Amino acid sequence: MWRFITHKTRNLITSTITKTTSPISSSSSTTTISPLTAPLRFLSTLQPDSMGSDYSSTPVTIDTINPKVLKCEYAVRGEIVTLAQKLQQDLKDNPGSHPFDEILYCNIGNPQSLAQQPITFFREVLALCDHPSILDKSETQGLFSADAIERAFQILDQIPGRATGAYSHSQGIKGLRDTIASGIEARDGFPADPNDLFLTDGASPAVHMMMQLLIRSENDGILCPIPQYPLYSASIALHGGTLVPYYLDEQTGWGLEISELEHQLKTAKSKGIDVRALVVINPGNPTGQVLGEANQRDIVEFCKREGLVLLADEVYQENVYVPDKKFHSFKKITRSMGYGEKDISLVSFQSVSKGFYGECGKRGGYMEITGFSPEVREQIYKLASVNLCSNISGQILASLVMSPPKVGDESYESFSAEKEAILSSLARRAKTLEDALNSLEGVTCNRAEGAMYLFPCINFPDKAIKAAEAAKTAPDAFYAKHLLNATGIVVVPGSGFRQVPGTWHFRCTILPQEEKIPAIVSRLTEFHKKFMDEFRG
Amino acid sequence: MMPIHHTACLPRGANMTKNAHGNKQENHVTLPHLLNSIVLPFLELLYSRTRVVKVKEVLLFKMSSKPLNYENLNENVKKCQYAVRGELYLRASELQKEGKKIIFTNVGNPHALGQKPLTFPRQVIALCQAPFLLDDPNVGLLFPADAIARAKHYLSLNSGGLGAYSDSRGIPGVRKEIADFIKRRDGYLSDPELIFLTDGASKGIMQILHTIIRGPKDGVLVPVPQYPLYSATISLYGGSLVPYYLEETADWGLDINDLRQSIGQARQNGITVRAMVIINPGNPTGQCLSEANLRQIIQFCNEENLVLLGDEVYQQNIYQDEHPFISARKVLFDMGPPISKELQLVSFHTVSKGYWGECGQRGGYFEMTNIPPKSVEEIYKVASISLSPNVPAQIFLGLLANPPKPGDISYEQFSRESKGILESLRRRAHIMTDGFNSCRNVVCNFTEGAMYSFPQIKLPPGAIDAAKELGKAPDVFYCLKLLEATGISTVPGSGFGQKEGVFHLRTTILPAEEDMPAIMASFKKFNDEFMQQYE
Repeated sequence: MWRFITHKTRNLITSTITKTTSPISSSSSTTTISPLTAPLRFLSTLQPDSMGSDYSSTPVTIDTINPKVLKCEYAVRGEIVTLAQKLQQDLKDNPGSHPFDEILYCNIGNPQSLAQQPITFFREVLALCDHPSILDKSETQGLFSADAIERAFQILDQIPGRATGAYSHSQGIKGLRDTIASGIEARDGFPADPNDLFLTDGASPAVHMMMQLLIRSENDGILCPIPQYPLYSASIALHGGTLVPYYLDEQTGWGLEISELEHQLKTAKSKGIDVRALVVINPGNPTGQVLGEANQRDIVEFCKREGLVLLADEVYQENVYVPDKKFHSFKKITRSMGYGEKDISLVSFQSVSKGFYGECGKRGGYMEITGFSPEVREQIYKLASVNLCSNISGQILASLVMSPPKVGDESYESFSAEKEAILSSLARRAKTLEDALNSLEGVTCNRAEGAMYLFPCINFPDKAIKAAEAAKTAPDAFYAKHLLNATGIVVVPGSGFRQVPGTWHFRCTILPQEEKIPAIVSRLTEFHKKFMDEFRG
Repeated sequence: MMPIHHTACLPRGANMTKNAHGNKQENHVTLPHLLNSIVLPFLELLYSRTRVVKVKEVLLFKMSSKPLNYENLNENVKKCQYAVRGELYLRASELQKEGKKIIFTNVGNPHALGQKPLTFPRQVIALCQAPFLLDDPNVGLLFPADAIARAKHYLSLNSGGLGAYSDSRGIPGVRKEIADFIKRRDGYLSDPELIFLTDGASKGIMQILHTIIRGPKDGVLVPVPQYPLYSATISLYGGSLVPYYLEETADWGLDINDLRQSIGQARQNGITVRAMVIINPGNPTGQCLSEANLRQIIQFCNEENLVLLGDEVYQQNIYQDEHPFISARKVLFDMGPPISKELQLVSFHTVSKGYWGECGQRGGYFEMTNIPPKSVEEIYKVASISLSPNVPAQIFLGLLANPPKPGDISYEQFSRESKGILESLRRRAHIMTDGFNSCRNVVCNFTEGAMYSFPQIKLPPGAIDAAKELGKAPDVFYCLKLLEATGISTVPGSGFGQKEGVFHLRTTILPAEEDMPAIMASFKKFNDEFMQQYE
C-alpha cells in the first residue's frame, strides 16, 4: 500500500505542478473534473444557464474578473452545503418531505451553531466591555461574577480612553497583546514579545497576509500538507502562487515524513519553483493527528536547512483528546532546540474559534511572528494598517482565551467545569464516531487525536465509482450527496481537501451534540450498508 | 528605485550570513562555510582580492537570501502606501509615550476622541454577548424591555448566536433589515441576496477591487485627493490607479471633462480602465455630490463601460442643507431603463461613521446592482474563504438599518443621543473651517459632509527649501512641525494625493466640541509663527 501511495504521489506531483504553474487561463481548470480541483459549484441554485448573455458587454463578467478569483476553491461551504440548506428549507416548509426530521451539520467546525454553550466567564467580560456604563451599578453585581467585573475593569483600563468602539493600534491593543504574550510564555516556558503579535479577525486574515507577503508570482511555492484545510489552497490561488503538496501518510496515522518533504521540495525546485514556506497544521485539519516532539524538531531542522518560513497553524492547540499525545507549539520546540530570533522565521496562528471556547462568530485570532527583520515587520504592519485594525470584541476574547481564570479566582471552578465538560465530551464523541466508522464495510478511520474532525477512507466498489462517473461527480462527492439525501447528515467530500489520487475520504466533524451521536451512528451505518448493498459488485 | 534597494541590501544580506554562520556548530559544514574556507581562498590565488571579495558578497547574499528578507518580498506589498497610519502617526505615538499630550486628528475614530457610544445598540450587544442574562429575573433592572426584545430577535436569527459563524454573506435576517433600510432611503426595492456584510467597509472594498483587478494593465479611476485605502489596495493587487482631480476652487467639484481626459490618457498608456470610485460625501474633501453631478457620473460610467464603486460610508454625516446625501443607486434608478438595468454599481456602507462611530466593531456591507449572478457567485466564494464576518458587528449593522422607532421605550434617548452627536459635529465643522480660514496662508472649503477638514496651506519658498534640506515633502515637514509644537496629529495632503506644488493637511472634525476653540487657537498661533519664520 505504501509503495502504491508513493508511486501515485509522485505521478501526482508532476501533474500538480504542471497544472498549477500553467499560465492562469480562464475557467477551464475549474470545470475539469479531476480529483485535485474539487469541482464543486457554488450556489448551484442560481442556474447559471439562464444568465450571462444579457451581461456580456458589462465590465464585470465571469470572463473578465480576476482569474485568480476564479481559480480558488473552497469546499467547506460548497455544493453539499447549498443542497443541505435547500433540504432544511424543505423540511421547514413541508415537514415530513424527507426521510429525516433535521439536518445534521458535520461539515464545519462551528461548535456553537450545534448548541455548544459559550464559556460563561468570557461572555460576562465581553458583555461588560461592550456596555461599560453598567459597571458601576450595584445591580450589576447581582448579575455578573465579581472577577468578571474586575477583569472588565482591567481590560477597559488597557484600552486608550476605554473606547471599545474605537479603532485600535493596527496590531491590536497593546495591553491585550501584553496579556497574550504572558499567556504564550506560560504555555511554552519561553519568553514572548507583545510586539511580535498581530491580532486579526480570526486566523484566516493572518494566513492571507502572510501569503500576500510571500507570493510574488506563480513561480513561488508554498509546501502544504495533503490533505489540507482548503484555506491554504484557496489563499495560495488567490495570491497567484503555487501549492507544492506534501502527502501525509495515512498508514502511519497521517504521519509527516521528512523524506517526503525533501522529495517534494526537490521536485518543485526542479520545475523552477522557488519554495518559500512550509505550512504545518498541528493538530491536523482534516486529519486530526497530533505531531510528536521529535517529528517537530525534524521539521524545524528541515525549514532551517532549506531556508523556509515555517507557517504553523496551531488553532486546535487546546483540542487534544488522547492521553499519549500532547500539543507542543513550534515556538517552544525551536526555542528548546536553542534556536533564537535570528535563527528561524516562524509564524504561529491561533484563533478564538476553536479549542473548548469555539467562538467562531467573534472572528478573533492572532499570529506571532518571530525571526523577521525590522523592515519586513514594517511591511507586515503596513498591510495590517490598510485594514485599520481587527474587531475589538475579538481582540478582548483572544486575550481571555490566553489568560483564563486562575486557581483561586471566583469563576475558576465553574470555568474549569465548563471547559472539562466540553473537552471530555468531544473526546467521547470522537471515539464513538471513530469506532462506528471503522465498523463500516470498506471504511478505515484513523483516530482523532486532536482538532475537531474525522477523515475516514472509503474503499468504493467499482460500481459506485462508475455511477459517480455517470453522474459527472467525484465518488466521494457522490457518496456525500447520497448520505445527505438519505440521512440529513452533511459531510465534506475528501476531494475538497485533496487526497492521494484513487483514494476517497470525507470529513466529518465530531461536533453534533453528544445525545445526537447515537442517532448519527445508526443512520450512517444503515445508509452505508444500503449504499454498499446497492453498489457492491 | 529598484537598484537603490538592491545595493542597499547587499551588506545586510552578507551580515546575516555571518550571524547565522556564527551560530552554527563547528562540525556542521554549510555552503557558506565551504565557500569561506576552500573556494574563495583558492580563487584569491587566481584573481585580485577585491574582485573575489565582491564575488563572495554576492554569493553569500544569494545563499542567505531568506524568503522573507525585505528584498524578497512581494513587490506589490512594498509599493503599497498607507499614510493615515504613516510617519506622522508613528511620531505622534512616540511623543505620546514620552508624555506629551497628543490630539489625534489623523483617523476618523470618534470614540477615541471621547464620543460616547449610543446606549441602545450597546445594550442589545451586551445582552447578545451574555444570553444567560435574558433568563435572569433581574435583567430588567439594568436593561430596557425593547433592548431585551431586540437581543432575543437577533439571537434567533443566527443559530448559535454571537459564537457561531454565520452565512458567509452575513446573517440573512440582518441582510433583510438592511434591504428594508435601503428601500426606505431610496424608494426602490433592494434584494438581500445582493447585500454582503463584511468586517468593516474596507474589507468589502478590497474584495471587490481584488475581483476586478487582473494585472497592471487594469486601471481604476480614483479621485485625487482620495482616501488612501484605494491607492493602497490597488497597488497591493497590482493594478493601476488612474487619478482624476477634484477641483478645489469649485468646492472639490467633479468635472466630467477632466474625467474624460483622465480616461483618455490612461488608454493611450495601454491601460484598460475598468472601474471608477466616487467617495460621497468626500474623504478627505468633505463635499456632497449633487444629483446632477451623480447623473453625469453614471452616464459617463455607462458610456465608458466602467463599474461604479460608490463609497457612501459618510451618508449620515451631512452638515448643511443645500446638498443632502443622495445615493448613487437612487439616482441610477431615477434615471430609469435602460441605464438603470445596465450600469454595474457596488455601494459601500459601515457602522464606523455616521453618529454611530463604532469603528472598533469592524462592521460594513456592500450592495451590488446589475452584477451578473455568476460574478456574484465568485464574490460569494471568496467571502466564504474567510468563513463569516464577525457576528457582533453584523448585529450593529442590523441596528443601524433598523434603529428604535417612535413609540419604542428607547426611542427618545436614541434620537436625543444621535441628534446631539450630529448637531455638535455640524458646529465643529463650522468652527474648524472658520478657524483655518482665519489663518495666514490657509484656505479651506467648508466640510459639507464626512468627518474631515482639508485646508490648503500655501507654503512659502523658504519652508519648501527647509523641507527639501531634510529630505521631506513640504507638507510632511509642516505637519511634523505642527505636531511637535502643538501635539495636533494630522495627515499631510501628500498621503491623499494633491495637485503638483499645492499642499494640504487633513484633520478630522472630531475633537470634543469644548476643546475645539483651544485647538484652533493653538493651530493659528503655530501657523502664523511658522509663516512668519519662513516668509
